Amino acid sequence: MKLKINKGLNLRLAGALPGYSSKEVEPVSCAVVPDDFPGFTPKLLVREGDTVLAGSALMYDKFSSDVCLVSPVSGTVKSIVRGERRKILRVVVENDRKHETLTFDTEVPPAELLARSGFFSMFRRRPYDIVPAPDILPRDIFVTAMDTAPLAMPLSARLPEGAQNVLARAVKVLDSLTDGKVYLSIGGEWSFGDIPGAEMVHVSGPHPAGNVGIQIANISPISKGENIWTLDVVTLYKIGLLLETGRPDFSTLVAVVGSEAASPCVISTYMGADMESVTGGLVKDTPCHKRVISGNVLTGTVVSSSDGYLRFPYRQVTVIAEGDDVDEFMGWANLSPSKISISRALPFHGLRRLFSPDARLQGGRRAMIMSGEYDKVMPADIMVEYLLKAILGRNIDDMEALGIYEAAPEDFALCEFVDTSKLPVQQIVRDGLDFLRKELE
Amino acid sequence: MKPLRNFLDRIKPTFSPGGRLSALGSVYEGMESFLFTPRTTSAPACAVHVHDCMDSKRAMIIVVLALMPCFFFGMYNTGYQHWLACGADSLPFFDLMLYGFLVILPRVIVTYLVGLGIEFAVAQMRREEIQEGFLVTGILIPMICPVETPLWMLAVATAFSVIFVKEVFGGTGYNIFNVALVARAFLFFAYPAQMSGDDVFVASDPILGFGPVAADGFTCATPLGQVAASIGVPAPVISIDGTVISRWDAFIGLIPGSFGETSLACILIGAVILLLTGIGSWRIMLSVVIGTLMMGWIANTFATPTYPASYISPLDQFLYGGLAFAAVFMATDPVTACRTNTGKFIYGFLIGVIAVLIRTYNNGYPEGAMLAVLFMNAMASLIDWVVVRSNISRRKARLKSSSVAKP
Repeated sequence: MKLKINKGLNLRLAGALPGYSSKEVEPVSCAVVPDDFPGFTPKLLVREGDTVLAGSALMYDKFSSDVCLVSPVSGTVKSIVRGERRKILRVVVENDRKHETLTFDTEVPPAELLARSGFFSMFRRRPYDIVPAPDILPRDIFVTAMDTAPLAMPLSARLPEGAQNVLARAVKVLDSLTDGKVYLSIGGEWSFGDIPGAEMVHVSGPHPAGNVGIQIANISPISKGENIWTLDVVTLYKIGLLLETGRPDFSTLVAVVGSEAASPCVISTYMGADMESVTGGLVKDTPCHKRVISGNVLTGTVVSSSDGYLRFPYRQVTVIAEGDDVDEFMGWANLSPSKISISRALPFHGLRRLFSPDARLQGGRRAMIMSGEYDKVMPADIMVEYLLKAILGRNIDDMEALGIYEAAPEDFALCEFVDTSKLPVQQIVRDGLDFLRKELE
Repeated sequence: MKPLRNFLDRIKPTFSPGGRLSALGSVYEGMESFLFTPRTTSAPACAVHVHDCMDSKRAMIIVVLALMPCFFFGMYNTGYQHWLACGADSLPFFDLMLYGFLVILPRVIVTYLVGLGIEFAVAQMRREEIQEGFLVTGILIPMICPVETPLWMLAVATAFSVIFVKEVFGGTGYNIFNVALVARAFLFFAYPAQMSGDDVFVASDPILGFGPVAADGFTCATPLGQVAASIGVPAPVISIDGTVISRWDAFIGLIPGSFGETSLACILIGAVILLLTGIGSWRIMLSVVIGTLMMGWIANTFATPTYPASYISPLDQFLYGGLAFAAVFMATDPVTACRTNTGKFIYGFLIGVIAVLIRTYNNGYPEGAMLAVLFMNAMASLIDWVVVRSNISRRKARLKSSSVAKP
C-alpha cells in the first residue's frame, strides 16, 4: 500500500545529526515518570532502598494490574519523588552498572508477557492517546517505522542489520492480539524489505507523515467505539527480542540535537537516563539561556539539564535557546530572513536554509483571528478549528461528531506552530481527551 | 534600543499592581508589547517549543499598509474634487494633497481617539492586554465615510460600533459584524439626511483658511447616485464641472465618493499586497468578483428603464461605488467572513450577487456593497455550519458502514 501525504511542514532547523554512529554513556541513575504514560494510574510496588533488576516492576496500573512500569537498569531505588496530594512524580533507580536483567517466561499469553515486561506501557491506544488496557483487543494495530519530526533520527536507523526475523516474530504475536491487521508504515529509508504478517504501508510526504495518527486517519480512520493500538518499530523490535530471549532490552539511542547542542551526536544509553549523563559536555557553552527538551521541538518536554531525566519515548534531546533574555525591538515589523515562518508575510525566510528559533511565542495570545491556517498543515479529514472550539466549549456531541476519537495532541503540533493567535492547541486537545474519557468511562 | 528598554523597565513598577498608575496597566503592557516582542516562552510540556514568527500584530499592520495607496489617493481626490467644485483652472498637486490631508487628519484622529479610548478602557476593565484589532478599523472608518460627515457623528458611530459590535461580544476576534462597516451603516441609518444627498461626498469649505472657496449650492452626486436618480436609460455620469467621467478617470478614482473607495487602481494595489502576503483570502476576493460579474451580467442582459442601474455593464460595477473596496478590505476580514475554505467561495459569491441586486433593483440605495457584506456577515456562520455538517456526515456515514461490516 502506498500513502502520500501532501499537507504538512518540515521545519528546517539547525543542529541536525551528521551521522548515526553512537557512543555509549552509562547513566548514573534512571527515572520512570508516570506522567509520560497517560491513562496509567500508578501504584507503587517498591520502596526506597529496594534492590531491583532491569525489568523489575516498579509500579502497576490501578485499573489493569498486569500493566507495569519497570526499571530500565539494575540497582537500588534511590528515591520516590511525590508532588501535590502525594502524586508520584518519578521513581529513580540508581544504576549499579551490572545490567542484571530479569528473565521472563515467554510461554505465558503474549498480552500478559508484554504487560509485565513494561513494553505494553509503550503502546498507545486511540481514542484518548492513552496506555491501552490489555484485555480490550484492538480493531487494528499500527506500527510506525518513521519519525519525521524536526531533527529526528530515522527509526529504521535504530534497528540493527538483519532485524527482519525479530520483527516478523513480534508481528506474529501482535497479529494474534487483533482480529484486524498489523500495519507497518515505512519511509523511503527502510531497508528491511517486507515483514511477513504485516501490512506494509509506504508513506511519503512532510511531517506529520510519520505520525501514526495521521497514517490511521488516511488508511482506516477510527470511528466511535473502535479501538486501535499504536507503537513504534523500535518497541516492536524489542518485543521480538524479548520473545526470542525472554530478556527485555531497555537500551536506547538518543539523538542530542538542536542549535544549542555543541556537536550533535547519537549516544547509546538507557531509557529514563539522567540528563546530566546524557547531555554532559554536549550543550554549547554560551551565556544565553537554554531550553533542554527531551523529545523534539514540537512535542517534547522541557527537562532540567541538572536534575532532569530522559522522558518517553526516550529517543531525542533537543537543545535550543530559551529566548527570555532577548530584547527584540518591534519584532512584529522585523523582516529578518532568520525568522522562521510559513507565511508569505515574511518574504525573506525562503532565503535561509536552516533556522535557529528560540522558544518565545513570537507574539501575544489572541482569539482565533486568521482562518484556514490549521488546515494547511493537517493532512487528515479533521476540521481543526471547529474541533478545538467544540473542545473549548466542552461540547461532547460536537467533539465526537468532529472526530475527537481520531485525535492525539502530537498530530496537532504543527497547527500550534503555525497559529497566528498562539493558542495552546496541543494542551487543548489533551484536556479535551481527558475530559471526554472522564465523562464517558 | 537599550535606553528605551531601560526606560520601560524603570517605569514598569508604576504601572504594576500596587503602583501609582496601576489603573493604566493594560496601556503600559500594550505599549511594551508593541515596542518589544514579549519574552513569554512556550509552555514546558504538551506544547510546541518553537513558534512561527507570524503574529496578529504583523497581520494587522500589513492590512494597514495595503490601505495606504487608497488613503493617499483619497487625500489627492478630496482636494481634486474640492478644486473642481470651486471651478479652479489649475490643479496644484501639493495643494490638493495638503487640503486632503487637512480634511482627513481630524477624522482619523477622532476615530482613533474614540475607538482606542474605548478599547483601552475595556482591556483595563477585563485586565487583558490591549489588542491591535482597532488599528485597522480606526483607519477604515474615515476611509469609507463621506468626507463631509461631521466629526461628532464619526465619534458617535465609532463608539457605537466598538462597544456594541465588538466589545459586548468579547473583543477582537469575537465580533459577528465588521466593526468599520457597522459604523458606516450606523451613520447611514441614524443620520440619513446628512449622509446622503448631493454634496456630502465633496468637501465644500476651505480648511483653516486653506483652499479655494466653493460657490454656494454646487451639487455633485456620486456616479451611482446619478444613475439611480435618472429616469429611464441613464445618461453618462458627469463630474462636478459637468464633463463626462471617462472609464479611465473612474479607474484612477477621480470621481466623487467616500474618501478611500474611489480608486480602483489603488484598491488593486492593496489587493496585490494582501494576496502576496497571504493575509487576504483569494477565495473571497475571487468569488466576490465572479458573483458581481454574474449578477451584473444578468441585470445588464435584462436591463429595463424601471431600474436605470441595470444599464451599468458588469465590469463597470467595479468602477463606481464601494464594491471593489468592500471586496478587498471588508469581505476578507477573517473574523466576520466564513472560516471554512468552501464557505469562503459561497460567502464571497453571494456578496457580489447581493451587492449588485441592491444597486440595481432598489433605487433607494444607490450602493449595495455595505449592506451585502453586513448581510453575509450574518450568514457566514450558517454557511460554515453547513460546510462543517458535511464533514460530520462523512464521519457518521463511515461509522454506519463500519458497524454494518462488523457483525
